[in-house]
Amino acid sequence: MLENTVPLSHYLMLSATLFVIGIVGVLIRRNVIVVFMSIEIMLNAVNISLIAFDNYMNLSGGQIFSFMVMCVAAAEVSVGLAIIIALHRNKPTVNLDEFNLLKW
Amino acid sequence: MELLIFYPLAGFCVVLALGVVFNDSPVGSALSLIGMMLGLAGIFVLQQAHFIAILQIIIYAGAIMVLFMFVIMLLNLKKGDDAGGIVRERNLLLSVLTGILAIGILYKISDIVFTAKVDTPAILPDSFGTVANIGETLFTDFVLPFEVASILLLAAMVGAVVLAKTKLD
Repeated sequence: MLENTVPLSHYLMLSATLFVIGIVGVLIRRNVIVVFMSIEIMLNAVNISLIAFDNYMNLSGGQIFSFMVMCVAAAEVSVGLAIIIALHRNKPTVNLDEFNLLKW
Repeated sequence: MELLIFYPLAGFCVVLALGVVFNDSPVGSALSLIGMMLGLAGIFVLQQAHFIAILQIIIYAGAIMVLFMFVIMLLNLKKGDDAGGIVRERNLLLSVLTGILAIGILYKISDIVFTAKVDTPAILPDSFGTVANIGETLFTDFVLPFEVASILLLAAMVGAVVLAKTKLD
C-alpha cells in the first residue's frame, strides 16, 4: 500500500542532511559571508525537525520555537553583518584566514 | 501524493544548499540560499505549518536575505576575491574534522531513524498550524520566551547601531 503522508523519518533525514551541509560550509569555506549563510542553513535545518515533531505529535511548541529561532537568526544576522562591516573597515578583506589577531 | 511533492522539494533544497556552500561567487551563494528558503517554505506547508511557512518567506527570504545582498553589494564582493580556492588554507585538519562530523551525524541519525518505530502520526485537527492556534499558544503558554525574544531583538538593534558607528566616544 502506498503511504499517503510523508513519514517523520524522511523529514529528519532531510534536516540532518541540511545540517551537515551547513557544518561543512562553516568549516571549509574561507569567505566570511558564505560561512554566515551556512549558519543560516543550519538554523533552517533545525526548524524542519521542530516542525516535523510538532506535526507528528500534534503540538504547537515546536512551531513557537521555530518562530524564536527566526528571531535569533534575525538578531544574529544584524549584529554579525555589522561586525563584518566594521572588520572590513579596518582590513579590506572577507578572507577568514587573514583574521588571526585573536588566534591562539 | 504528498511524497510526490516532498521528494522534488527536498532534492531542490539539498541541491541549493550544496550550491550555497560550493559556489565561488557570494551573490550566487545568496541567490541559492533564497531558493533554499523558498523550498523550505514549501516543505513547511507540506507539514501543515502554514503560519511558519509565511514567516519563513517574509523573514528569511525577505528581510534576512535582503540584508545579506545589501552587505555583499556594499562590500563590493566579486568572484575573484577567493583567489587560491574557495576553501581555507592549511585545512587538512578541518577537512578531516568535517568528514568525521558529517559521517558521524549522518550515521547516528540514520541509526535512530531506521530503528525507532516513529511512523504512526497523530490525527491532526483542522486548526493545526493556523495563525489563531499559534497565536493562542504564543500568548498563553509561551509569554516568557516571547518577551525574552523582544529583549533579544532590542539588544541586537542597539548592538548593530553601536558597531556601525565609526568612532566610539
